Amino acid sequence: MNFVFYVLAALTVVGSLAAVLLKNTVHCALALTVAFAGLALLFLDLDAQFAGFAQILVYIGAVAILVVFAILLTKGSETPKDGVFSKTWLAGLFVAAAVFAVLGWAVLQTAPMLSKGATVPTVTVQDIGIALIGRYVLPLEIVAVLLTAALIGAVIVAMHDKEGAK
Amino acid sequence: MTPLAGFLLVAALVFSIGLAGALTRRNAILVLIGIELMLNAANLNLIAFWRYGPHPEALTGMMFAIFSIAVAAAEAAVGLGLVISIHRHAHTTDLDQMNRMKG
Repeated sequence: MNFVFYVLAALTVVGSLAAVLLKNTVHCALALTVAFAGLALLFLDLDAQFAGFAQILVYIGAVAILVVFAILLTKGSETPKDGVFSKTWLAGLFVAAAVFAVLGWAVLQTAPMLSKGATVPTVTVQDIGIALIGRYVLPLEIVAVLLTAALIGAVIVAMHDKEGAK
Repeated sequence: MTPLAGFLLVAALVFSIGLAGALTRRNAILVLIGIELMLNAANLNLIAFWRYGPHPEALTGMMFAIFSIAVAAAEAAVGLGLVISIHRHAHTTDLDQMNRMKG
């Protein structure tokens, strides 16, 4: 629990709060990028270099751009007249607060039993590559098929059909 | 407080913020943003348990996080494609106005 952790945790939490609370949808997408960057830096703080850089590439590089594209294509940046929150926002807030209360209680109850993690794991990208084509080769292939299917599916779903009924 | 408890608390906070966003926002894209935040909080949990677990050299938590990132990318692509498709059909992304299953 050092200074760096507190700074990164504050960055992540403020970024995600802004992503959820801001009125303009484009500002929300930019705040989401800040939250993703904070999470990537937390991964790096946890000595998970590969996951941290994968997070930067996939989330900041691809998902955030995809969200901005979707906002611009749907004219979502126009703030609606009757507020940005749904009619049942109080119930949603209550459910989220209850979930956080349960999770926080569980963490604080078990905090004395959690390990300190004295040794820093030395995992190189080579180790990860060998594990990916060794023990985890079947999940890797399934993810490859899933990504291909998702790519084709997203294009087909979003494709404009000119012959379709109006 | 141990470092692991700190990371778990941050992950719980980000998960709850994402859940609140997914449950309270009207715009479908903002609901997807909330879901992305929840997935990222789960990834943070996986990485934290990998780092402070008994066998980090087995790479289990790291692999879970990497595959979770890949699946989340597929989810984001399909979800945003669906939002664009719905917007073309109904000319809105307001979830409170999407109250019919029949097009």
